[in-house]
Amino acid sequence: MTLSFSFGLGRLALAAAGAVAIVVTGVVPQKAAAEEDAIFLPLTVYRTGAYAPNGIPFANGSRDFLQMLMARDGGINGVPLEFPECETRYDTAMGVECYERYKDGGAKGAAVFAPLSTGITYAIMELAPDDGIPIHSMGYGRAAASYGKVFDWTFTFPTTYWAQATAFIRYIAQEEGGKEALEGKKIGLIYHNSAYGREPIPTLERLSEDLGFEFVSYAVDHPGQEQSATWLSIRRDRPDWLMMWGWGVMNQVAISEAARTGFPMDRFLGVWWSGSEPDVRPAGPDAAGYKAGNFHSIGTEFGVLQDILEYVYDGDEDAARENNWGEVLYNRGLVNYIYLTEAIRTAMEEYGNVTLGGEEMRWGMENLNITAERIAEIGAEGLFEPIQITCEDHEGRGPVIIQQWDGENWERMTDWIDPMHDVVWPMYEESALAYAEEHGLEVRDCD
Amino acid sequence: MFYREAGQFKTSYAADQAIFPILQDRLFVIAVLAVAYLVIPFISTPYFLVTIMIPSLIFCIAALGLNVLTGYAGQLSLGTGGFMAVGAYATFKMTTMFPELNIVIVFLLSGVFAAAVGVLFGLPSLRIKGFYLAVATLAAQFFLIWLFNRVGWFSNYDPSGTISMPPRDVFGIRVVGSGAAPEVRYLMVLTLVVVFCLLVKNLVRSRMGRTWMAVRDMDIAAEIIGIRLMWAKLSAFAISSYLCGVAGGLYFAVYLRTVETIAFDVVLSFVVLFMIIVGGLGSVLGSILGAFFITAIPVILTRAPHDLGIPISVDMAQHLEVIIFGSLIIFFLIVEPHGLARLWQIAKEKLRRWPFPY
Amino acid sequence: MQVLFDFLIGPFFQIFEAPIFFVEVVIGGMAAGIMYALVAIGFAVIFKASGIVNFAQGAMVLFAGLTLVGFLQMGAPLWLALIATVVVMVALAYAVERVVLGPLVNQPLIVLFMATIGLSFVIEGFGELAWGSDVHRLDVGLPRGSFFVGDIMIDRFHLVAAGSAGALVVAIVLFMQYTKFGRALRAVADDHQAALSVGIPLRMIWVITWSIAGVIALVAGVMWGTQAGIQFSLVLIAFKALPVLILGGFNSITGAIVAGLIIGVGETVFEVYWGQMMGGATENWFAYVVAMIFLFFRPQGLFGERIIERV
Repeated sequence: MTLSFSFGLGRLALAAAGAVAIVVTGVVPQKAAAEEDAIFLPLTVYRTGAYAPNGIPFANGSRDFLQMLMARDGGINGVPLEFPECETRYDTAMGVECYERYKDGGAKGAAVFAPLSTGITYAIMELAPDDGIPIHSMGYGRAAASYGKVFDWTFTFPTTYWAQATAFIRYIAQEEGGKEALEGKKIGLIYHNSAYGREPIPTLERLSEDLGFEFVSYAVDHPGQEQSATWLSIRRDRPDWLMMWGWGVMNQVAISEAARTGFPMDRFLGVWWSGSEPDVRPAGPDAAGYKAGNFHSIGTEFGVLQDILEYVYDGDEDAARENNWGEVLYNRGLVNYIYLTEAIRTAMEEYGNVTLGGEEMRWGMENLNITAERIAEIGAEGLFEPIQITCEDHEGRGPVIIQQWDGENWERMTDWIDPMHDVVWPMYEESALAYAEEHGLEVRDCD
Repeated sequence: MFYREAGQFKTSYAADQAIFPILQDRLFVIAVLAVAYLVIPFISTPYFLVTIMIPSLIFCIAALGLNVLTGYAGQLSLGTGGFMAVGAYATFKMTTMFPELNIVIVFLLSGVFAAAVGVLFGLPSLRIKGFYLAVATLAAQFFLIWLFNRVGWFSNYDPSGTISMPPRDVFGIRVVGSGAAPEVRYLMVLTLVVVFCLLVKNLVRSRMGRTWMAVRDMDIAAEIIGIRLMWAKLSAFAISSYLCGVAGGLYFAVYLRTVETIAFDVVLSFVVLFMIIVGGLGSVLGSILGAFFITAIPVILTRAPHDLGIPISVDMAQHLEVIIFGSLIIFFLIVEPHGLARLWQIAKEKLRRWPFPY
Repeated sequence: MQVLFDFLIGPFFQIFEAPIFFVEVVIGGMAAGIMYALVAIGFAVIFKASGIVNFAQGAMVLFAGLTLVGFLQMGAPLWLALIATVVVMVALAYAVERVVLGPLVNQPLIVLFMATIGLSFVIEGFGELAWGSDVHRLDVGLPRGSFFVGDIMIDRFHLVAAGSAGALVVAIVLFMQYTKFGRALRAVADDHQAALSVGIPLRMIWVITWSIAGVIALVAGVMWGTQAGIQFSLVLIAFKALPVLILGGFNSITGAIVAGLIIGVGETVFEVYWGQMMGGATENWFAYVVAMIFLFFRPQGLFGERIIERV
């Protein structure tokens, strides 16, 4: 009996310890051990879970670029940067936890959040304006947030899913020999059945009315391990072109299935999140010819990547490659933080070389103007195109390229293609105004 | 010694039937409520309220709901996520159709839709039992998610199918949406939790609760003593889904504020099932303890390396968190298969006898 | 009226108009069904011996696949990597029995079920910790590509999958029928206590059962991994196996194969001919709804043991 008594108390002690731990972590205000005057840039990443193969290269690219800035310049204009990582597992609730945990970090709170998931972007967009933190959803998230008059805290530059869909159609038209040639063609979309995957549908439906092609769509439910029925339907319908808005394992299965069922790979176009090394790796050489969109260039020849090699990896190319150096998503992570650090520089021109908070950062993003000369200075010539953000235009109307998988490497194959801004901008406006109406937001005057 | 009932005489039937017949229990509940209402909102950081307290309290309601069905009526269900989604979408549709309607009433009504859907998907329980039923309820889970994904009407034809909560006031105080203070949201959810806990506690002591438990313990025997199985099982499904629906509405409107259907993935159903198993099947207290435990532990584990200054990468921390979380569940099941609520009972026994060993 | 026609009659016209395509759809469905059955058999083996629904089967598939790829990447030849992986899976089975099942003996089944969910977290966390979260290409030399029989496209890989599933079932059945362990296993499945009383070592039997499930997980891992690479989302294929299981009856291995085929063909045909009309992505729920409706009429599944209740 004594034995069970002590045993019982042991268990009680355990439970009590748990309770205390809960209270301690929660109630005691936690400050990250920060450098006093660092600009705080929390990186929400996903290095684990179902989407990790795509999350890891992106996270490494962002981290390495910021580390390189610290090693080479000691920060930006002498102001150091602090960039802790926070794991989201691509899960909205965990992303919100990250946001809450880091929004007050550093000396002046988080300067900006790049949520790195459409779901998390949607969730944080609702919170950030209250906290005065800008959001940068680069090529993902709510496309309508490009309309700066309504979404003053959210930025989508350089481009959005809707814009990309129009760029794809423009590319297809180019290949087919002009917009008129699209008449009567059949263009399919295989998409991840989630907020992310559905983003381009209204745009494509609209374009199909305008240009007279037939639009067919194929939904694939999360996670997308098994798509034989979908591909049988595609085999039956025989679309002339097929676009894909996929993510994670869905990409790999779709690309393998396309190769297996003999779909012409060079008429299969993936969104920029379906066009990286992990997506084609399982299919390997079978996937040769598959194309994907992108809003930055690929490769390692850019000065900024060479600087990373030198300052972060001491010239050890193997170690760098092991950290995905030069892969498609690595470059994307890097480009993301080139944009944001340029916004910091812009803000510093206004506020001086001091630690920036969300308010200043927002100003910097809204007045961002990266010129061709500046891109050359950064060592990113050809990596991405010049961009200018205004109060009304939070997208910057960036162009898109198409890249192709040759069985071993991704190769850039087209010049910059301009999306049809005259189509998407009225749609942004309409959708943004509807949102403002539903949520009782005021529409800002930008003049 | 601390928990002595001796000398507490019940002199009326009413006193005998009180929810908390023992003075110490009453004092304890009052103390907990006092802390929850008067202390926590004033001393906690918004972070604590938003990431631990609010989701834990919302999950309390969902866990209560599932416990009614699984713990009291013995019907294993994995459709919780789907029923929560019904509540969330019902909340969204109602509040956008009738913006003037008080949001608390919207929450309470949205449960009604979930209850109706729950009864529909509860029908198989009349024929199917045990794990077969659990897997059959997954049909509800997958079908409902698909439906909300598919039919644009549910999300007011949002291009991406995401719903987000517009701001709403109650008596001039912003309770949900942009600008709602964490303290206000916390207090609103807390009040709902208290109300539902009292309701469920009373319900399971009523004729209906006893019917459920009879069905749980042996349905054939229950039938023979004159219990209508259909009525008992479907009422359990209805009330359970009602609570899950309300929880879903709160999960959407108060906690995340914007959701897509994937937020109500089957994983959520498992999370709620974890709560009641770890907390204790067939126990209101267990639902609460389980909800707090399962919500808080991952947050604590994820932050622990950072807070303790252990320099490991986030992915390593995450892998360890998953391993530790899984191990903790196994550990708790081995140490106390009846859940945290049972630990609490043991504690009370100890306190009653202390300092004597027996 | 048009809607009714489209829904009730139209698809059949389509089938008659293109019968060859229909045959392809059925074959595709059967191939998918075999893949589900491969996972489902692992569940069935464990359920048969211990009455536990082992939710960790999906995690075991991932773990087996990751381990195999890990050994291959270390430079081991295929046969060695396969043997090493089997050894690891047996070790895992032993550990599971020691740490999880042993202490939980005699607990209600739901507790054991939850414990296997906890176990699935541990296994997947451990697998990722040891082998990383990246997607790995798995090529063990299984044939790829397709050939034509008449106008019907047939995938070589699907033939291999069907062959391995068949071989697996035959091997398990032979093992169950003709070996000492197999007989002991069936005895345990019939009645734990009776088996114990005649001297069958229960714990050892459980280790063997879980080892068999581990080997099945390895086969499933190789098949699924060849199709889409070894990666975390393999854990989620457990959800594709569950409807197959309830339709076939939890404890029937042949049931798993038959039900796999029924569900594979059913959901593929439905998705291709009806699903597109409803916006697609119907596979996930269709399998469950079929299983649920079926259970109305036969609550123990196709081949499950009849549930007899006494008061």
